[in-house]
Amino acid sequence: MFKILQKALATGIATVAYPDVPAVVSPHFRGRPEFDFASWRDARPAAEVCPTGAILVGQALSPANRRVTVDYGLCVFCGQCADVSPDGAVRVTTEFELATHNRARLIRAADYSLNADGTHQRLIAEYEAEATAEEAGGKVSEAIRNTLGRSLAIRQVDAGSCNGCEMEIVALNNPIHDIERFGIQFVASPRHADMLLVTGPVTRNMELALQKTYAATPDPKVIVAVGACGISGGIFGTNYASRGGVDATIPVDVYIPGCPPRPEALLYGILLAVGRLAEKVR
Amino acid sequence: MGRTPSSARDPLVALLLGKLNMDLFEELRDKFPLLVSAAQAPPQVSHNQVSIALRGPDVRPLAEHLQSAYQSRLVAVFAEDRVAAESVFYNYYVFEQPAEPCYLILQAPIAADQPRFPSLAAGLPAVNWQEREIQDWFGLEATGHPNPRRVALHDNWPDVHPLRKSFPLRQVLPPFEGERHVYRPTLGEGVFQIPVGPVHAGIIEPGHFNFAVAGEPILYLQLRMFYTHKGTEKLFEDMPIHRAVFLAESISGDSAFSHGTAFCQAIENASDTEVPQRARVMRTILLELERVCNHIGDIGAISTDVGFMVANAHASRLREMVVRLNEGLTGSRWLRGMVCVGGVRRTWSSAQRDLLRDTVNQVEREFDSLVALVQSSDSTRDRLEQTGILLPETAKVLGIVGVAGRASGVDLDVRRDHPYAAYERYPFQVPVYRAGDVLHRMLVRVDEVKQSFAILRAAADDLPEGPHCAPLQPVPPGRCALSAVEGWRGEILHWVRTADNNRLERCKIKDPSVNNWAAIVEAVQGNIVADFPVINKSFNLSYSGTDR
Repeated sequence: MFKILQKALATGIATVAYPDVPAVVSPHFRGRPEFDFASWRDARPAAEVCPTGAILVGQALSPANRRVTVDYGLCVFCGQCADVSPDGAVRVTTEFELATHNRARLIRAADYSLNADGTHQRLIAEYEAEATAEEAGGKVSEAIRNTLGRSLAIRQVDAGSCNGCEMEIVALNNPIHDIERFGIQFVASPRHADMLLVTGPVTRNMELALQKTYAATPDPKVIVAVGACGISGGIFGTNYASRGGVDATIPVDVYIPGCPPRPEALLYGILLAVGRLAEKVR
Repeated sequence: MGRTPSSARDPLVALLLGKLNMDLFEELRDKFPLLVSAAQAPPQVSHNQVSIALRGPDVRPLAEHLQSAYQSRLVAVFAEDRVAAESVFYNYYVFEQPAEPCYLILQAPIAADQPRFPSLAAGLPAVNWQEREIQDWFGLEATGHPNPRRVALHDNWPDVHPLRKSFPLRQVLPPFEGERHVYRPTLGEGVFQIPVGPVHAGIIEPGHFNFAVAGEPILYLQLRMFYTHKGTEKLFEDMPIHRAVFLAESISGDSAFSHGTAFCQAIENASDTEVPQRARVMRTILLELERVCNHIGDIGAISTDVGFMVANAHASRLREMVVRLNEGLTGSRWLRGMVCVGGVRRTWSSAQRDLLRDTVNQVEREFDSLVALVQSSDSTRDRLEQTGILLPETAKVLGIVGVAGRASGVDLDVRRDHPYAAYERYPFQVPVYRAGDVLHRMLVRVDEVKQSFAILRAAADDLPEGPHCAPLQPVPPGRCALSAVEGWRGEILHWVRTADNNRLERCKIKDPSVNNWAAIVEAVQGNIVADFPVINKSFNLSYSGTDR
């Protein structure tokens, strides 16, 4: 017993203060790739190397033009798009606070007119979904905020993940990230839960189990889809064994991009889902 | 052909190897003329594998001979659909001989119009699930299998065989309904069943456990896996190789770098790509960091499951130190997006090398103190000792590999037995115990982490200058290659057949978990239900790696 205490005292407090202070992130960390659509001369090499099809080149309204779509809900943050875009139009940032209520907010698009060699001649238009009123105010419904905003019980459901997301969710409970400092805890049954934290892709074999877990969770409840696979099916997409993202099976309130999302990104998404970000961050 | 194993760069060793395999081939040909074609070209020796083409599907006499005369171990069994090109399916039997770096692969054709092969499972329980997987994926019947029921496809699946080429990847199957699996009934006074899963109480992966218990002790355990089956092997046939590297990283997220490396090595073997020395050393370092990180996590989790939460708090703090180092070295806390065909994607600055050295030293100091803390607790030791025993004889018969095997006397380690990356440069010990209980599965991890620190330090000092990746070149079609990596959990195998346009015809993945589930079934018997979590955690198998 004495040894245990001695070691605890010698160790001191290990917990970080995120989100009150910015997260400590290595400069090498690959977060959100940023696209300067106006200066991007050719999206094809990036689309070619993108492992999940998060960057797509297709036809715009007129066949002479090209539409480039970027979906952070599919992105696995490998950074290859930046490696093959030497014009500097694609830059990997260390940004990870990407969680959103609105799936469409994870998608950007741009239309280009083309040169004869297929490179971009001119940016015609850039598209980005408008922030909903909810997000603009960083708020969720009063019912959720009042009921779940102070003490939150989370049931984690692995609906088919590779276990990468699970490791980061487990890390939320370590002394560094210590999610219990927010009054948030992971519980053993959906019947005790206010939130389902679901990783994907949802496999055919887990579809029914996920539906039953959803039904067993009392209202009001919040559903959070975790990681590229939870949001969109990720690299697995939809196939004979995979139904794709979580929202193809149950309704989703918040999407947390990442492969896997780092613990701070998960925490950001969880606080966003219960309307507690405003008080903590902004 | 006569290409030498890349691992055996010493020409004398290479020559000897080729001769050994030629002798073996000639002996098999003389002993089993009906199986091994006399007219056949000499065996294909390439990199770490020797392939012998057989005349028919019955490998039983050969398997028996290899086992009795050479103490061979059947490492893996898998199939391939070559009906369109050659009108046959192939079964592949991968053997390993003690002290022989080359794997021996028997390729047994199965006529498309006679889709069956004699099962080995009755005498070799290690292939039980693997043969049933072949039945499910390819519709090839394992005749004489003692338990031929479905394993990978649950009972409600329609009559499909997803890895046949005629089955479209994107085919939409009806939603699940009905019975998944009929479990063996539990009968008798005071005997009852406890069904658990697929959604578990902790933050772990989905699977179903059906315990038959008599009071507290577990009579037997029935397992149902493949809940997270997501069509991974079929998906490999649908994407270019540079994308497939990322799919390999998603086979089992806790082994992203090991699976990624195993896949890249298979492609490198198939395309005769020489990986630069700097990249080999960098891979070695990252493989060991993955091992350290997961072993420390497991030591903490085992402590948690017997109520010693303080130890887990320190262990998970150490684990966080390692994943932060991972991020500083690769940009990803879990080493993703770093390995690529030909080497690694990014090189390291001298500052990153210093970060590696400093963190390893710091973690090592803290690790010794963590181990002392765990060992100082008598009540912890009391819960771990004699709990969940896997006897060495059982482990051998079931083909248990990795940490679980080494705690039960199975002295295997791919790093030593089939060297890859830069493991030949750094001497290390392989810890082996025979007690086979939870305590010793933890001790194997403790010893291995200590060995890893030594490898990491030596590799960091030794890191040669030079390119970190071989120049990109097209991958020739029609090549088959095997690759093996000792992931932190155990032996990982990838086997590929390449296709045109930098694509794959087939990619077989074998995670060590596939074999090792059988060990849990054995180890829990007679233990109390309350000890199941710690027994399960002491194996810590990957559901996703099993289910793919």
